[in-house]
Amino acid sequence: MRSLAEIGQRLDTLAGGPPRPGNAAEYLDLGEEILTHWVTAKGKEPTRDEREGFRLLALHRQGADKDPSFNACRETCRELAYHYNLLTLEPEHADSEQRARMMGLVANHLYLFIAGKMENEKLGEFCCASRPVREKVDGV
Amino acid sequence: MSDKKAKYQEVAYYPGCALEGGGHAYNRSTKALGKKLGLKLKEVDNWNCCGAMEVKNIDPKLQTYLSSRVMSIAANKMGMDTVMAPCNGCYHNLKKAEYDLANDPKSVDVVDKISKKAGHDTYQAGQVETIHALDWIKEAIGEDGLKERVRNSLKDVKIANYYGCMYTRPRHIFPEKDQGPGSESTSKPHFMDDLLEAAGAQNVDFPLKTACCGGAHTLSDSDTSTRLVANILQAAEAAGAEVIATECPTCHSGLEMHQIRAAEKLGLQSNVKIIYFTQLLGLALGMKPKAVGLHENISDSFAYVKEKGLA
Repeated sequence: MRSLAEIGQRLDTLAGGPPRPGNAAEYLDLGEEILTHWVTAKGKEPTRDEREGFRLLALHRQGADKDPSFNACRETCRELAYHYNLLTLEPEHADSEQRARMMGLVANHLYLFIAGKMENEKLGEFCCASRPVREKVDGV
Repeated sequence: MSDKKAKYQEVAYYPGCALEGGGHAYNRSTKALGKKLGLKLKEVDNWNCCGAMEVKNIDPKLQTYLSSRVMSIAANKMGMDTVMAPCNGCYHNLKKAEYDLANDPKSVDVVDKISKKAGHDTYQAGQVETIHALDWIKEAIGEDGLKERVRNSLKDVKIANYYGCMYTRPRHIFPEKDQGPGSESTSKPHFMDDLLEAAGAQNVDFPLKTACCGGAHTLSDSDTSTRLVANILQAAEAAGAEVIATECPTCHSGLEMHQIRAAEKLGLQSNVKIIYFTQLLGLALGMKPKAVGLHENISDSFAYVKEKGLA
């Protein structure tokens, strides 16, 4: 598995080139890898299951278990799956380049969100909709 | 007149701390818009902080109490049945307190003890309904009501509607959402889109409308917040937006400040304007930019609104 930094570099490389509908599968893979980092960091075995046809969504659900703040990337994951569907079901659509561009930005947001939380892992629960930090300390 | 339409003509107004400070433009424009639309706001007497992120992260029961006190004053002292909170953080916390008090006996006990000690009536779940400013305008006036009142159509304004992450999450504290046609959606919120479209705006398809802006990381890890915001700004511009419409003071301030920081630190320039939905609706109704607090925003959108014939 690539490191998060390598994933970030790959996303930068893809963003630096022309938007290609053919990148949809790679963006989805990158999204899964990003989520795998989060799940692994939480001491869990990343699921191989799918949810609504996407491992990405199953991984998100696993990552959000008992961690409500992680749901702040719920729709980002769903948008990634949605754009994958658009690009693979209608590859010749007139908006395909635009859709590919947007999928890249959505994937980048997922990366930034999770990389930020991993960077701040000591503060990882310290988020808008988080559980209280004291819950870990004294069970309040 | 529908039940909600009648009920929301006069509501208790809970501005919260942010609207007294960095989000004052939102405060000014919300009050001005309400007045223009003939809606009445009665500010909650002697209101306190909702508990925000800081208290909630240290002692969630204390946050529940703080939010409950606001609702108790509205219900027991002012006799109101609806509290309108324009700030996503306040809205979220009051809804969370409502949920806790309806479902968690321990929260009920703690809130009762502190309320008695503080010398005021204990808030009982269900005494008030907490709504957001979007619910307020959507239900009390509605799209048709707005269309009738528009004097300066937003017809040439291309908007990415940005709701942030707290307006819809977690789903269980918003039981009125996801109830089919007419209700708000937690996965694809649309109330702001609906209202601005009624005022003539062209909404763009924006996939990051509920994405995290990094608000909670602003002080602890500013660079992460800057990169998250820069990505939102880039996505909005890539979607064809000239304006990002906001409905949360934390998101709004974050977008404005990190837009500047992204240009300075990352070399990522963006021209998209960041304007509260209440400011946009006010302009559409013919109000002057200063009346809706455009001068209080950090970003300068005067030239833009003038170019669009809104000033």
